[in-house]
Amino acid sequence: MLKKRLIPCLDLQDGRVVKCVKFVDMRDAGDPVEAAKLYNSIGADEIVFLDIAASYRGQETMKEVIARASEQVFIPLTVGGGIRTVEDFRTILSCGADKIGVNSAAVKNPTLITDAAMKFGRQCVVVAVDAKRNSAGRYDVYINGGRVKTDLDAIDWIVQAEQLGAGEILLTSIDRDGTQEGYELSLTRQAAEAVNIPVIASGGAGSKEHFYDVLTAGKADAALAASLFHYGMIKMNELKEYLNGRGVPVRMV
Amino acid sequence: MIGIIDYGMGNLRSVQKAIEYLGGSAVISSEQAVLNGCTRLILPGVGSFRMGMQNLSRLGMDEYVRARVCDTPLFGICLGMQFLLEESEEEGVSPGLAMVPGRCVRFAAGKVPHMGWNDVHALRSPLFAGIPEGTQFYFVHSYYADTDAAHTIAQTEYGCRFASAVQAGNAYGVQFHPEKSGDAGLQLLRNFMRL
Repeated sequence: MLKKRLIPCLDLQDGRVVKCVKFVDMRDAGDPVEAAKLYNSIGADEIVFLDIAASYRGQETMKEVIARASEQVFIPLTVGGGIRTVEDFRTILSCGADKIGVNSAAVKNPTLITDAAMKFGRQCVVVAVDAKRNSAGRYDVYINGGRVKTDLDAIDWIVQAEQLGAGEILLTSIDRDGTQEGYELSLTRQAAEAVNIPVIASGGAGSKEHFYDVLTAGKADAALAASLFHYGMIKMNELKEYLNGRGVPVRMV
Repeated sequence: MIGIIDYGMGNLRSVQKAIEYLGGSAVISSEQAVLNGCTRLILPGVGSFRMGMQNLSRLGMDEYVRARVCDTPLFGICLGMQFLLEESEEEGVSPGLAMVPGRCVRFAAGKVPHMGWNDVHALRSPLFAGIPEGTQFYFVHSYYADTDAAHTIAQTEYGCRFASAVQAGNAYGVQFHPEKSGDAGLQLLRNFMRL
C-alpha cells in the first residue's frame, strides 16, 4: 500500500539553515546537508530545501548545497524559492534535485508549469500554493511569501495547475503557518478531492494528532513541517510509530 | 566500471552518485567505445516511453543494448525498466526492446502518477539479497509493466498488483528508484554491482 509521506522542510538563507536544527549529534547545526543526512537516517521520506530569501546569491549557494546533498542523501530532494524560468529548472535539476517547487512565478506565468512539465516531466513540477481563508469561507492565493493577495481562488488555481502539468501540490495555510494549532483540514481536503495528483499539507503542525488528522480527515498524501521537527518537539520515528499504530500507512525505517 | 546509458533524458547523476557512494565507479555515456569498457550497464530513465525509445534508437543504443545483454548484466530503472518490455501504450502504442514479454499500461485507479513509498513483495532474485519482504521503495510512474509471472521478480500493490521488478536472463529492471530509496535502494544497487 502506498505510504503517507512525512517531509521536513529546511528553510535556507545564503546556504545556511535559518531555523537551526537542534540535534545533539550534528556537527554543524546550520549546515543543510548535515541536517538532510540526519533526517534521512531517522526516516524522513523526502527533504524540502526552501530558499526563503530567493536572491541571486541564494541560488548560487543553493546549487552547491544540492550538489553536496545529492552525493550523500539518497531520498527525494525538492527545492523551492526563487525559481522563475525553465532554465532555473534545468540548473537546479542538474545539480541533483528531484523536484522543483514554484509559487509566485507560476501564478505570474502559468505556462512555466507546462513548459517545465514538457521538458522534465510533470513528476518534478511541484506547484506551491499559499492560501488564506477569506470572509466568505473560501481561500485566496497569496504570492511573494504571503505578502501579496491575488484574485485567484486557491481550489480553482490548484485545479488549473494540475491541468497545466503540475505533478504535485504543496499547499500551505497562511492562517495556520507557525501557529502549531493544526493543519487547515478543510483547505487540504477540498484540494485533495479536487485533483488527481498528490497534495502535501503544510502549516500548523503542533502535535502528532495534527499529522493523523491531516492524513486522514484532511485527505493529504503527505505532511510537511519545519520547526516542529527541527527543534525535536516531535521525533520522526516516534511520529511514525504513532501513525502506524493508528492505522495510517507510513514507511517504517 | 558501470556504464550509465545517456539518452538525453532524466537525472542520470543521482544514479552515478549512489554508485560512487557505494565505492564503485560509473561513467555516463552514449558512446559505444566508452560503454564497451563497462562490465555492467544501467538504463536509467525519467520521461515518456515514446521519446525515450526514439532517443535510444537514434543513438543506436537499442541495438547496442540488445547485443551486450547476452553476456553483460543490464539494469533498467523506472522508464529504463519499461523499455525492457515489448511495448507501451503511453502516447499511442510504441515498441520497446522486447527482452521481457508484455506491455506497459496506465494505472486505471488511484491518483496518477503513483508517487511515493510503497511495499515491494514476493522478492525472488539475488537483486534483493539482504532486503526483507515488504521493504519500501520510492516510486514515481503512471504506467506499469503488465508481464507474466515467470518474468516477475517482485510485486507491488497500487489499485492492482503489478510487477515492480522484472528479469529475463541478464536483463533486470525495477519500476522504483533505488537511487532515491534510502538504505534499501543502496543495498539493491550494491547487489546489482555484485551480480
